[in-house]
Amino acid sequence: MFEIRIHSRGGQGGVTAARLLAMAALHDGKYATACPFYGAERRGAPVVSFVRIDDHPIKVYSQIRDPDLVIVLDASVMDVVDVLNGLKKGGRVLINSAHKPEFPGFTTFNVDLTGIALKEKLVVAGSPILNTPVLGALAKMGIITSESAKKAISEMFSDERNVKAADAAYREMSV
Amino acid sequence: MKKIATGNKAVAEAVRQAKPDVVAAYPITPQTEIVETIADFVTSGQLKSRYIPVESEHSAMAACIGASITGVRTFTATSSHGLLYMHEMTNWAAGARLPIVMANVNRAIGPGWNIWAEHTDALQERDTGWLQVYVSTVQEAYDTTLMAFRIAEHNDVLLPVMVNVDGFSLSHIMQPLDTVEPGTFIPPCHLPHAIDPKNPTGYGGLTGPNDHFRFRWDIERSMRDAVHVIEETEKDFAKKFGRSYGPTENYRCDDADVIIIAMGTFGKEAEVAIDILRKEGIKAGSMRLRWFRPFPKLDLAGKEVVVIDRDYSFGYGGIVAHEIMAKEHNKVYSVIAGIGGQEVTYDDIADFARKRRIGEEFWFGVTGNV
Repeated sequence: MFEIRIHSRGGQGGVTAARLLAMAALHDGKYATACPFYGAERRGAPVVSFVRIDDHPIKVYSQIRDPDLVIVLDASVMDVVDVLNGLKKGGRVLINSAHKPEFPGFTTFNVDLTGIALKEKLVVAGSPILNTPVLGALAKMGIITSESAKKAISEMFSDERNVKAADAAYREMSV
Repeated sequence: MKKIATGNKAVAEAVRQAKPDVVAAYPITPQTEIVETIADFVTSGQLKSRYIPVESEHSAMAACIGASITGVRTFTATSSHGLLYMHEMTNWAAGARLPIVMANVNRAIGPGWNIWAEHTDALQERDTGWLQVYVSTVQEAYDTTLMAFRIAEHNDVLLPVMVNVDGFSLSHIMQPLDTVEPGTFIPPCHLPHAIDPKNPTGYGGLTGPNDHFRFRWDIERSMRDAVHVIEETEKDFAKKFGRSYGPTENYRCDDADVIIIAMGTFGKEAEVAIDILRKEGIKAGSMRLRWFRPFPKLDLAGKEVVVIDRDYSFGYGGIVAHEIMAKEHNKVYSVIAGIGGQEVTYDDIADFARKRRIGEEFWFGVTGNV
C-alpha cells in the first residue's frame, strides 16, 4: 500500500487534490481512498488530507502515520508543522516551490505550482488553484499515469486550463 | 459505473435512485452533505421528490410520518443530537408501522461538543422498533440504503429502517463506488393501512389495555419476520448486482479461537488486525456486526470473544458486549474504544485481541482503569 499525506492551508484545495489523486488511481485500475483530517478547520489554517493507493481493496480508516510520500502545497506550513513527521526512511517529498529545499535522508521534488496556476490564470477568490497542476507533478513522479491524471481532472473541471496546468507541471518538474 | 465518492454522497445517490416521494430533513454535521446533495437533486430535477426543509429534526420525522401514512416513500437523514431530538417521533414512526428510511451518521453526544464518530446516538434508539444496520464502506452504504427501502416496505416488515454510517471516518472518506441500475429491485411502495387525505379518517387513537400489547407484539413479530426479508433481499441483491453482506460479515472465523466483534469501520479495519494476528500464530477472526436490530443469531460456541464498543451505557457497560453476553452466553473481553472519534488503528485492535482478559472491561486510552 502506498500512503500519501498532503499538507496545505484551509481553502487551498488539499482535499480536492486528494480526491483527484484517488480518482486518477482508480482510472489506473487500482484501489484508492482519500480522506481529510477533520478538525476545527478554517480558511488559512494548516490542514492535512490523506490518500492510500493499493492493488487490493483498502480496509484501513485510521490516519496515516508513516507515509511514503508527503506533498506540501504551501511551503509556509513548514514553519508551524513538521511535514516530515513519520515519513518513511528514503520517502519522497513533493513541494510547491521554485526552489528545492534539502531534506537529508529523503528524495525531494519541487515544482512552482503557484507560478503555473498564475500563468494559466487559474485563480479562484484570490487563491491560485494548486490541486490540478499537482496531478501533473505526481504523474511525472510515476504515482499515477498522465492519462489518468488528465481524465480525473476533466471529470471534475470543465475548464481546460486545469489540464493545461497539469501538463505544465509535468513538463517543468525535473525528476 | 465506478467512481470515487464519500459515504454521504453514496447514501444520497442511492436515495436518488430509490425515488422517495418525500424527503424531510434538517442538516447537521456530519450528515449535512447527504441532505445538501438530495436538495441539489430535487432542484436540478434529477429526483422528482417533495423536499421539505424543516426547522428541526422533530419536525423532520413528523413530516416523514405524515407523508408516509398516505402510502408514499419517505426518507430522512440525521446525526447525534438531531436523532435524539427526533426520539419521540421515531417511536411513533415504528408504532404506526411506517416504512421510513433514515440515514444516521453516527456522531458522539455532547457535552463536550464533539462531531466525530460514536454509536451511542443510534443505540439510544435501540428499543424504538426501528431496524438498525451499521455499514463499513462507501459501497456498502450505497448498497444497504437501496436494500433498506425494499426491506422497510416489505409487507412482512412495515417498520422503519436506520442505516448507520460512521461520522467522518465513513461519511467523509472517499472510496470507489460502483453504482447500479436498481430497475425493479425496489418494488413500488404499498402501505396496506395508508390513509386517503381526500377521505380523512382518524388514526392512532386511544388503544386500551386490552389491545395495546397486541400492537406491540405485532412489531416484534415483524422484527422476527424481518430476519427472513433481509436474507431474501440480500440474496436478490447479490443475484442482480453481485455483492452480498449478511447479518454479520465474517472474516477468517471458521477455524478461529478468538473472534473480534465490532460495528462500522472498526469492523472492517479489524480484518487487517486479523491478518497480523494470524501471522503471529493467533487463530483470530472478525465478525463485523451489520444488523443490530433485528439482532442476528451469532455462531460463537467455544470461542473467546473480544467486543469493541464505540458506545457505552453508564453504570452498566459496552452496549454491544452486553447484548452479545445476554444472547450468546459467551464471556467477552469488552473494549470501549473510539468514543467521540478517538483514533483506533488496526495495531490497536490486534493488541486488544493479544492482551484479551476475557470477562473484563477495558477503556482504551484511560490509564489505571479496570
